[in-house]
Amino acid sequence: MTIHQTSLGRRGFLVSGAAVAGGFSLGFHIPFEDGAAHAQTVKELNAWVVIHPDDKVVIRIARSEMGQGTLTGLCQLVAEELECNWSKVTWEYPTPAENVARNRVWKNFSTGGSRGIRESNQYVREGGAMAREMLIAAAAAQLKAPAAELTASNSVITHKASGKTVTYGAVAAAAAQLEPPKEVKLKDPKDWKIAGKPVKRLDTVDKVTGKQIYGIDLVLPGMLVATVRACPVIGGKLKSFDAAKIEKMPGVKKVVAIDGNAVVVVADTYWNARTALAALPTDWDIGELGKVSSETITQMLTEGLVAQEAFVGNKVGDAKAAIDGAAKKVEAIYSFPYQHHVTMEPMNATARVTADKCEVWCGTQNGEAALAAASEASGLPVAKCDVFKQLLGGGFGRRGRSDYVRQAVLVAKEMPGTPIKLIWSREEDMTHCQYHPITMCKLTGGLDAQGNLVGLRVRISGQSILASLLPGNLVNGMDPATFQGLMASGVEAAYGYNVPNLLIDHAMRNPHITPGFWRGVNVNQNAVYMECFMDELADAAGQDPLAFRMKLLKPKWAAVLKAAADKAGYGKPLPAGHFHGLAQVMGYGSYVAGVAEVSVSADGHLKIHKITAATNCGHVVNPAQIERQVAGSFAYGLSAALYGEITVKDGAVEQTNFDSYNMLRIDEMPKVETVLVPTGDFWGGVGEPTIAVAAPSVLNAIARATGKRVRNLPLMHHELKKGA
Amino acid sequence: MAVLNVNGKALNHNADPRTPLLWVLREQLKLTGTKYGCGIAQCGACTVLIDGVATRSCQVPANSVGNRKVTTIEGLAANGQLNKIQAAWVAVDVPQCGYCQSGMVMAATALLAAKPKPTDADIDAAMTNICRCGTYQQVREAIHAAAKA
Repeated sequence: MTIHQTSLGRRGFLVSGAAVAGGFSLGFHIPFEDGAAHAQTVKELNAWVVIHPDDKVVIRIARSEMGQGTLTGLCQLVAEELECNWSKVTWEYPTPAENVARNRVWKNFSTGGSRGIRESNQYVREGGAMAREMLIAAAAAQLKAPAAELTASNSVITHKASGKTVTYGAVAAAAAQLEPPKEVKLKDPKDWKIAGKPVKRLDTVDKVTGKQIYGIDLVLPGMLVATVRACPVIGGKLKSFDAAKIEKMPGVKKVVAIDGNAVVVVADTYWNARTALAALPTDWDIGELGKVSSETITQMLTEGLVAQEAFVGNKVGDAKAAIDGAAKKVEAIYSFPYQHHVTMEPMNATARVTADKCEVWCGTQNGEAALAAASEASGLPVAKCDVFKQLLGGGFGRRGRSDYVRQAVLVAKEMPGTPIKLIWSREEDMTHCQYHPITMCKLTGGLDAQGNLVGLRVRISGQSILASLLPGNLVNGMDPATFQGLMASGVEAAYGYNVPNLLIDHAMRNPHITPGFWRGVNVNQNAVYMECFMDELADAAGQDPLAFRMKLLKPKWAAVLKAAADKAGYGKPLPAGHFHGLAQVMGYGSYVAGVAEVSVSADGHLKIHKITAATNCGHVVNPAQIERQVAGSFAYGLSAALYGEITVKDGAVEQTNFDSYNMLRIDEMPKVETVLVPTGDFWGGVGEPTIAVAAPSVLNAIARATGKRVRNLPLMHHELKKGA
Repeated sequence: MAVLNVNGKALNHNADPRTPLLWVLREQLKLTGTKYGCGIAQCGACTVLIDGVATRSCQVPANSVGNRKVTTIEGLAANGQLNKIQAAWVAVDVPQCGYCQSGMVMAATALLAAKPKPTDADIDAAMTNICRCGTYQQVREAIHAAAKA
């Protein structure tokens, strides 16, 4: 039997499915929570590090692992400073309630915006370094040698003069009693031995044996399983339902309405809950929302392209005057559709609520937001709630939201003491997302007689994520995040081109379809708009798109584009019928560029042969994982470019499952070659920025191959045949 | 009470006979390594072997299986030793989130049984599973590595 328990004190017990089968058959009683009786007695060195007498190193990870490799990278950073034996490293999650109870000693749990490593590297390395200094101080006392004469390496402390050694495990208990040092000096990255290396992930083996437990696999004693159907029109209400019709169906335990907009069937199994829910008559109140369709949304956005009022995100000089006086004017309108995250594991959460306690088990990108949702839904104070994080079967921004946590807690509240696992069907998941927002963009550029870009006007029209999800973060009504990748300055997502006269603004138009953070977020569409239009401008100027960009780009942006172009052999002869397209962007603190090599056959068949992608993320913590994130970014970004589109009819999302929402598979996956060009002077993110160059690099290559400029995604709607 | 032959054992369950094999495996037999992704045989996360044939268990009624042999991801390792495909997956460090990987490994197992030295085209044809993290490059590498092992 596997009981996952950590070295932290208060902890619910997690029991894997396979283990419970055995446990039940043997009649084991598994307590929900024990605490003191089972808590391990090994005292932590600090919030980040626990070392056991057998030298096992437990590193605490606050961010969520969802495939991006952050837990391995963060462990590498701690272990590097700790000077421990990497083969002894394991990890565990502290819980959000423990973070709150300890004055947020683990700081931010939120895992989005490619922030895991770039925003926590300083304090997790300090945690490792402080623990190392405490171990050395304890060893000094035990070896009766001055601490300054001791060296620590590979979990062993050595006094060179006497030849005496002691292991971390032998002094950890004494070290844990010591005061932490006031300050520590971190290692120069050039001296790294564990960080910076392509070490293997710490979470692989259980993922190839079926042992890895995700939230959807959880089994708790006495647990029931629920499934939900919310109003098919987001924002609509539940009018009525006829529970009597299904209450006698196999396994059904309860039928409940929650939040006035959804109905839930609780049963002994998911399959019985799902079968009963499918037979449940429901009536919805969708009001005026039923009149909304993709066509009406397009009309709304089209009007925004020419509206007088808009929020200005980036302004230099006088773009209008420059374009009016230009020798040549270029204009184009682009659009970018709603898209779905499609985590492979559908949304789910397990909750148990009693009069004085609310516990939640789930995959979440934001443990503290899930904790807040549990508190709000249960009506219990945060101190009486906790969230036990599970590994995520995909996140991509979707699991930063806590709507599914709230629902599970609301249902569990109806059945006090009974653990309820709420699983969304794929159909529910497809139709109740917070989608990649929809926007359109009108771009106008002016070229002088020599083909220099003298003015550029960019009008974005469409949906704001912050206005829907975090209205408190709007700045005088403006959503600054809309300008990701086009921002005037900053270390997050700044615009890389020096344009003498520039105006980028946003006419906010918010349809009722809820938008959300979708891996790469607003950089994705902004890179399509800007990078495809740069090619259009280069064409109008009669210049090569690389040369045209290099004249305008600031040094860091230019360097990464050149690195990609050089590696791809841009400008050199390609196989007959193959064409290159390129794109660059800064996002999530990093500079990235991609070169796509494509061909389009006479009958219009697109083949993406190869991608060459360059990344300057400042510091490289695990090059093997960065390569996987970069290649994965093309799988994700090209899926969206080829197929990703959510449409709306009668107020509801039309796509319901993978038969109506296709994704890229292995046969369409191009070979991705990754070039890492870190400059060592900043910390940038990796999980997201590269997605943004996937679509524009391919669209630019298609334009070279066919002479046709695709300005609206997804590509599946376009006939690429020459002359078509 | 119905019986299924899973991973070499005769296992009893009480589910409605038309329940998809996926949910009998997951909820009755507690073999949760086989995953629910779409329920309509598109994504392959639920792939198991039925008499050696890679099959999407979400669309197979349990009562249609009869006495055919079902192999799930939990049945691949023998005596705690990973089989050569799992070992290649670990050596190449394939999984990211890992949710689709049970199905990937099962599909690769069937492929290598049928074609011990698959070409890239064979891999393209056989590996129709969806991975959203984008492990495809590593999946291909691991299949070739397992073929050489």
